[in-house]
Amino acid sequence: MEEFTGNIWVLGDDIDTDIIIPTEYLALETIEEMKQYAFSPLRPELAGKITAGDIIVAGKNFGCGSSREQAPEVLKALGIRCIVAKSFARIFFRNSINNGLLLIEQPDLHDHAEEGEEICVRVNREITCGGMTYPIASLPDNLVEILQAGGLVKAMRRRNGLAD
Amino acid sequence: MGMTIAEKIIALAAGVPQVKAGDIHTVNLDRMMSNDGTTHLTVDMYHKKLKNPRIADPKKMVFIVDHNVPSDSPKTAASQKKMRDFAREHEIDFWEGKGVCHQIMMEHYVCPGELIFGADSHTCTYGALGAFGTGVGCTDLLYGMVTGTSWVLVPETVKFNLVGRLSEGVYPRDLMLTIIGEIGASGVSYQVMEFCGPGAETLSVDDRMVLCNLSVEAGAKTAVFQADQVALDWLEERGRKPKAVFASDEDAVYAREYTFDLSEIRPVAARPDFVDDVVPVKEVCGVRIDEAFLGSCNNGRIDDLRVGAAIVKDRKISDHVRFLVVPASNEVYLQALKEGLIDIFMRSGAIVMNPNCSVCWGSCQGVIGEQEVLISTGTRNFKGRAGHPNSKVYLGSAATVAASAVKGEICTADML
Repeated sequence: MEEFTGNIWVLGDDIDTDIIIPTEYLALETIEEMKQYAFSPLRPELAGKITAGDIIVAGKNFGCGSSREQAPEVLKALGIRCIVAKSFARIFFRNSINNGLLLIEQPDLHDHAEEGEEICVRVNREITCGGMTYPIASLPDNLVEILQAGGLVKAMRRRNGLAD
Repeated sequence: MGMTIAEKIIALAAGVPQVKAGDIHTVNLDRMMSNDGTTHLTVDMYHKKLKNPRIADPKKMVFIVDHNVPSDSPKTAASQKKMRDFAREHEIDFWEGKGVCHQIMMEHYVCPGELIFGADSHTCTYGALGAFGTGVGCTDLLYGMVTGTSWVLVPETVKFNLVGRLSEGVYPRDLMLTIIGEIGASGVSYQVMEFCGPGAETLSVDDRMVLCNLSVEAGAKTAVFQADQVALDWLEERGRKPKAVFASDEDAVYAREYTFDLSEIRPVAARPDFVDDVVPVKEVCGVRIDEAFLGSCNNGRIDDLRVGAAIVKDRKISDHVRFLVVPASNEVYLQALKEGLIDIFMRSGAIVMNPNCSVCWGSCQGVIGEQEVLISTGTRNFKGRAGHPNSKVYLGSAATVAASAVKGEICTADML
């Protein structure tokens, strides 16, 4: 079973996709150009501080709002390893899995986690943080297949014979 | 076991006799819509990430340029050209500058019983005609375009029993904002809102669109009304026929039920920066505004323009307010012209724009600056949604927006 550790950034409830990447930056040509503006309406300094392997811990309804797929893409480009939230908005959930970004629903971690702490994630099993253990549910098989392929496009290349 | 309308649509699309909440099914998609928000990304993936791809059925695809119309920069023009060229090459129906995507879809495509994916979160609008429309990202859209299929997790359905009738001066928008305020921004996460009951029967298709459109702001996967005679008449006027007309079975399973008495609804506003922070308009009266917006896929239809025009008729917009009026489609615009509504708006001092998403999505037109305040019939009031991160957006009905534009501060129409 996959296991990894990472430092956490803690955000609140209802973090919407306009906060994750505001409309005005969607016209930029690449995700690399966009990623510096992630979370800028809320915490303009945050994108510059995130390093590869970091984990976001958030409250309920993370990713609510628009269907813009640039939202999970900028988080992936910043190196976010996974997002642990009380709940996710459904379009963002699909978009993240489709981009190979792991999302984990956990109802209690957010109430106890402090920014900067290191947490350990044992996928489909549990999260440990500050000496506490938080159980997590298994993802459905079809989502695991997409995640393991590295996203839906790679999964469909494999599944539908559209690869080189 | 009985099924809800949403479950019946999914079962039909999956080719199985029965589905239940929690099942995952592969479905054949009846139609797919994509707009200029992300179509260029879908086109890039199609060309660069797949070997010898083809489109399963171009006749099921609709591309609509509505977010930045006319284009506002060379970069936008380039991404729209990519979309336009792709549509022409693959004989995909292509609309540009004719209306907001969901309004175009309702006027020209959506039929009861269909399962439709749209690369836009407000695709849930199509439930007004008894269809299952849901928003997806550009990768899901690509998958659907190439395979004709996708996967869906069958959502639970939550029943919203509507009774009574809306009072004069109170609109479906007040009703839906009230519902969202009550259940919260994730109140029906991953679920379907099914609107039914005697109150639902009193609502026109345009009214139903207002309710279904905002369901995503409560986290819903979609919302749906039964396609009754009101819906079927509307469809027939436009020369279309249903794919299937479903009603929920008496023994269908609902996750929860709510009852709302329409006669008790009063004018409300959503305060910045959350759609579920809903209060009676009276509580925010007096807030000075810089801009007012009447338009969007939620509230830019002919009924809304009639309401707004009746309020600004023989009055002047406050001299410190820009009042943007944006009909949701050319059909709406032409009707408004015929009824003299555009004359009324322009004489009042409003800025009448071409049909498009406008400031509702915070780009192209009417973007607001630091500390500025907008009152809007748009879909969202998230932090920075309409421009500068420190600007503020209040949401209200067409009546509240038009009255506030005249007064220069938030008010209800009866306070003028």
